Amino acid sequence: MTRGKSRAMQANKPAKLQQKEYQAIAQRKKMKPPVLRNVVVAWVVGGLICVLGQAINQFFISRGFSSEDAGSPTVAVLILISSILTGLGVYDVLGQFAGAGSAVPVTGFANSVVSAALEFKREGLVLGVGAKMFSLAGPVIVYGTITAFIVGVIRALLR
Amino acid sequence: MAGKKVGAQTLVFHNSPVILEAATVVGPLEGQGPLGGAFDIVYPDQLNGHRSWEACERAMMKEAVTLALDKAKVGIDRVDFMLAGDLLNQIISCNFAARDLGIPFLGIYGACSSFAESVGLAAALVDGGYADYTVAAVSSHYGTSERQFRFPTEYGGQRPPYSQCTVTGSGAAVIASQLYQTGVVPVITHFTIGKVIDLGIKDPYDMGSAMAPAAADTLQRHLLDTGRAPDYYDLILTGDLATVGKDIMLELADLAGLNIKSNYDDCGCMVYDRTTQPVFSGGSGCACSAVVVLGSVLERLRRHELRRVLVIATGALLSPVSYQQGESIPSIAHAISIEMRDTKEG
Repeated sequence: MTRGKSRAMQANKPAKLQQKEYQAIAQRKKMKPPVLRNVVVAWVVGGLICVLGQAINQFFISRGFSSEDAGSPTVAVLILISSILTGLGVYDVLGQFAGAGSAVPVTGFANSVVSAALEFKREGLVLGVGAKMFSLAGPVIVYGTITAFIVGVIRALLR
Repeated sequence: MAGKKVGAQTLVFHNSPVILEAATVVGPLEGQGPLGGAFDIVYPDQLNGHRSWEACERAMMKEAVTLALDKAKVGIDRVDFMLAGDLLNQIISCNFAARDLGIPFLGIYGACSSFAESVGLAAALVDGGYADYTVAAVSSHYGTSERQFRFPTEYGGQRPPYSQCTVTGSGAAVIASQLYQTGVVPVITHFTIGKVIDLGIKDPYDMGSAMAPAAADTLQRHLLDTGRAPDYYDLILTGDLATVGKDIMLELADLAGLNIKSNYDDCGCMVYDRTTQPVFSGGSGCACSAVVVLGSVLERLRRHELRRVLVIATGALLSPVSYQQGESIPSIAHAISIEMRDTKEG
């Protein structure tokens, strides 16, 4: 048995140090996500989604909505577009391309709800769609509400 | 003393259990891959007319088993046992396929190592004289795996480049006593049962890194038990390490003083063309090793392009519960040695 062999044979009993040793090898071999590319693409696509939102917003204002009232129908239209694109199997492709750029805007939130609803349709309307629809969006709602509450309290205290 | 075991972990089959016939069924992406022509049936889409992906997966396994038996000209009532596994909770694909097939059945779970596990155990039953005909089968499906282990398929999350694509497919092999086939045939000679190895990889997208140490361990153990050198084999195949894991495997083998550079490949790298298909670092899933070995490698053995092949199917033994609770990914690898042998020689 060569020395190299006996060394690697110890892999049978993973020790703490060996785990670290191995994880260093694994980390070195692991392909790195192209962070710079992802950031730039996310910024551009996210920005374009916001431009689209702004255009829809302007459209509603031009139709007589006040700038405050135009917000709700604008969000509704963005959600509708995202839901249709999810149903057509386009939004996940966009998501792979744009990452956070398509995940962070309200369209990404809609995608997480619609994709789960579609996915669990076969488990029925109650235990499938109903129960699983917010499996991805749920945390956003929970922590969004908590954050809003904390911010609200801080604001109230500062007044 | 166990007379049919060599070394610490390897079963040796003296009675030459034969891979009589095999059949493979795959999904569209696999059909368009570089081995597309090697598969028996290619489904046009992920559902193939079924109401759910789960129904499609179990139908795929049933079709693979039925076709393998047809090719072997073995009636279903002559099959002694079926051994099968898949990735879904409570292995429903093979349980439901076995319900429809009505063959006495043992369900197994070794994650993606299930292929070597089912073939090895089936060979052991045949070699031990407990069965004349057995069927070993596995299946996996992109859609069913995604929704169980990861996210809804239409969810727009960004996957890291080292993630893998679950192979949609099923492979079934009819493993029979050598008495039922003569001539130079593919024979299962050894079955090395792996240990669960865990070197602390936690990223569920990084299964290649998690499984590579298990594959390297089983390879070393197999060679040590059998007293063979790596060049005994024309081809050493791992199941689904994909590009990242394959790279690590080469390094681990090198560290162990084993030179496998010229005769090593990974089924996860063979089943897809990474340059043109959206599969990230390569294929994974029980069906990955099954369809590559039973579709392509078996044919190359029969054409005498290969004589001796070692298949090390690798499995990541994680569940959504275990990784959400922050546990690392235990992994396992089982090896089966397949050789072309003249069964008359005994």
